[in-house]
Amino acid sequence: MLDLFKLRIRHGKQAIPNIRKAEVLETFKGFPIIDESKCADKCKDCKDVCPTEAIEVNPLRLDLGKCIFCGECEKVCSSGAIKFTNQYQLGSTNRNSLIISSGKTFEQFEEEAVDAKKEIHKYFGRSLKLRQVSAGGCNGCELELAATTNVNFDMGRFGIDFVASPRHADGIVITGPISANMAPALKDAYESISDPKIVIAVGVCSISGGLFANSNHVNRNFFDEIPVDLFVPGCPPHPLTFIHALLDYIGK
Amino acid sequence: MIWTEIKNLQSVSLKEIPNLEFHKLREQIVEMISKGCRLIQFFGEKINSGVILYVVLADDEQSKLFIASSNFNDGDSFDSITPEFKSFHLFEREFYEQFGIKPQGHPWLKPVRKGIAGISKEEIPYEFFKMIGEEVHEVGVGPIHAGIIEPGHFRFSCHGEQIHHLEIELGFQHRGIEELFIRNKNNPVYLLKLSESIAGDTVVGHAGTFARAIESLSENNISRRAMVIRTIALELERIGIHLGDLSALSGDVAYLTGNAAFGALRTKVINTTLAICGSRFGHGMIAVGGVNYDISSELKEKILDTINKLEEDVEIAAEVLFSSASVLARFEKTGIITNEIAKEIGMVGPAARASGVAIDIRSDHPFGGFSLFPVHKLTLKSGDVFARAYIRYIEITQSIKIIKEQLETFSEGELKKTSSELKPNHFVISLAEGWRGEISHTAITDENGRLRKYKIKDPSFNNWLAVALSVKNNGVSDFPLCNKSFNLSYSGFDL
Ligand code: SF4
Repeated sequence: MLDLFKLRIRHGKQAIPNIRKAEVLETFKGFPIIDESKCADKCKDCKDVCPTEAIEVNPLRLDLGKCIFCGECEKVCSSGAIKFTNQYQLGSTNRNSLIISSGKTFEQFEEEAVDAKKEIHKYFGRSLKLRQVSAGGCNGCELELAATTNVNFDMGRFGIDFVASPRHADGIVITGPISANMAPALKDAYESISDPKIVIAVGVCSISGGLFANSNHVNRNFFDEIPVDLFVPGCPPHPLTFIHALLDYIGK
Repeated sequence: MIWTEIKNLQSVSLKEIPNLEFHKLREQIVEMISKGCRLIQFFGEKINSGVILYVVLADDEQSKLFIASSNFNDGDSFDSITPEFKSFHLFEREFYEQFGIKPQGHPWLKPVRKGIAGISKEEIPYEFFKMIGEEVHEVGVGPIHAGIIEPGHFRFSCHGEQIHHLEIELGFQHRGIEELFIRNKNNPVYLLKLSESIAGDTVVGHAGTFARAIESLSENNISRRAMVIRTIALELERIGIHLGDLSALSGDVAYLTGNAAFGALRTKVINTTLAICGSRFGHGMIAVGGVNYDISSELKEKILDTINKLEEDVEIAAEVLFSSASVLARFEKTGIITNEIAKEIGMVGPAARASGVAIDIRSDHPFGGFSLFPVHKLTLKSGDVFARAYIRYIEITQSIKIIKEQLETFSEGELKKTSSELKPNHFVISLAEGWRGEISHTAITDENGRLRKYKIKDPSFNNWLAVALSVKNNGVSDFPLCNKSFNLSYSGFDL
């Protein structure tokens, strides 16, 4: 019994008090700042080193929907044209705004990234229940999504929760590149959710296929038919990235 | 002896690998396993007119590995070894699925990653075992499960609440990883990142195993400093997951104090990894030739501080958890895997050690930092959920000691050495003890020193059958608990 009290006291308060103001460590790789004016002539080392073809040169652009935040491009660039900051607020409702071009500041990105619609706020602002489906995910995104509900992040305080049945859900959260073997089950789960429903793609695999974009065992037809409402970049995205994206999206 | 004897991470020329007719190889395998050797790898490689089968066995006590090979023509068959040694069952099934060479007499040629109903028209869906009788019913779960976890299908044949038989169908997560290793062999960053994504909960484990395979093939002796940093990252990964699992196990028996306490401790550990390399799961930590991130003396103090506090906190939390009658009532005698079964089916890792099977690659076939510091093997006897939970706790304590010990001997050294070309026509097997157990990667190079074959085995491959066996005669409601006590990887199995 005494130990139990000791444990409780040592445990203390773990919840991050103000999620909106939470900061992550300096070492975390988040929003990249790109400065093409620093580029040496015809150098495309960053493009060559990138494992997921996230970088285009002339003009220099970096696609957060493809980037796995490995930092190799930053390391290989001697002139510092690409610098990752620790800004983790990377969610976006618009696929194109994930493509970061030279000179874009984090503030500009944040301004336009998430389009918070009134009706979304009306329907889901107070309670949002989500069904998660991993379709070839490696368990990285899955672990971070599970962490959003733990004692530290405690996403439940905003009325956002993961539920077991798609019938109870207002939306689907997809992780993984969509392995061919999971494609039918994913479709079933999506169809089992009643309208109106939202689709959230979490992690680079889900957004673009990531490292598995060219695999013969991946089938991404799902996304040809069904539009994504919210993209959450990362490999895996930090729990705060997910929570922020959702709060922005439902207008909280 | 016909086998070529090697050590973990010792690359050999393909010429040195004996090739014999299968019936002779089979005799040899039977003899070696009867003498106490253990199966590590059994996989094929497609060549022009057929398939080469590579077999790797281990003598754990002597830290020796034995390899041999055999050639098959397309359409051949062979005498299955499974009737004699059950640990071969899944390896033979995989071999058959990939190359069509049939193990005659195999009792259960169930598909490994194919045969999922409705996916491909050419595939015949697998027929599950059926239990017939009055008051008998089936419960089908998955591929999509209730929580935020990876997919797999579980089919329970039950009598009332009691499970008589559980069949697990996997393969839903198949991403073709081994193929991608070969297809992208010219892009080293891609390969390293791919190895980090084999199982996203074992980033350091798999990436380290990959890096050491490549380093062996290019004779790159990484610095001691890099070795130590890798060891610390690997042990942090182990501690983090074990804490997470203790939290989840507490949650599964509705013990919320344990759920919250271990969960919060896990956060502190993975945030330590974040402080080192910028990722909570250790992405980017490992480089081929060393590591990408240093541990400064300031960071070293921080790590020591964190794990010292952790040591005390874990002790109290474990004391509370493992003395709670309601927890013990659910943990004890639930999901038992006996020592005999564990050995027979070839289990590995903490799950095997919880059933008294003393294997741990860190001490049996030391790699990296563990060749400098021997690790004592920890085992328990009861093989139930309790043992699989309790072993996590004692392993956490052990890993904390390892980290402290390694940090003490921290010496200056290069973080990363550039690797030269890979040796042509060579074979290497890289073994490591991840938090789930034995990880094995095998690389074979072609005449130009490029990867020709890359074979991966996550410990989950050895252990999934144990989950199915553990729930026999337990209640359906104890399944989540049994499953979590193993916490196996779907993507690591499905590849
Ligand atoms: S950090 Fe992103 S853009 Fe840069 S190399 Fe890695 S994946 Fe490519």
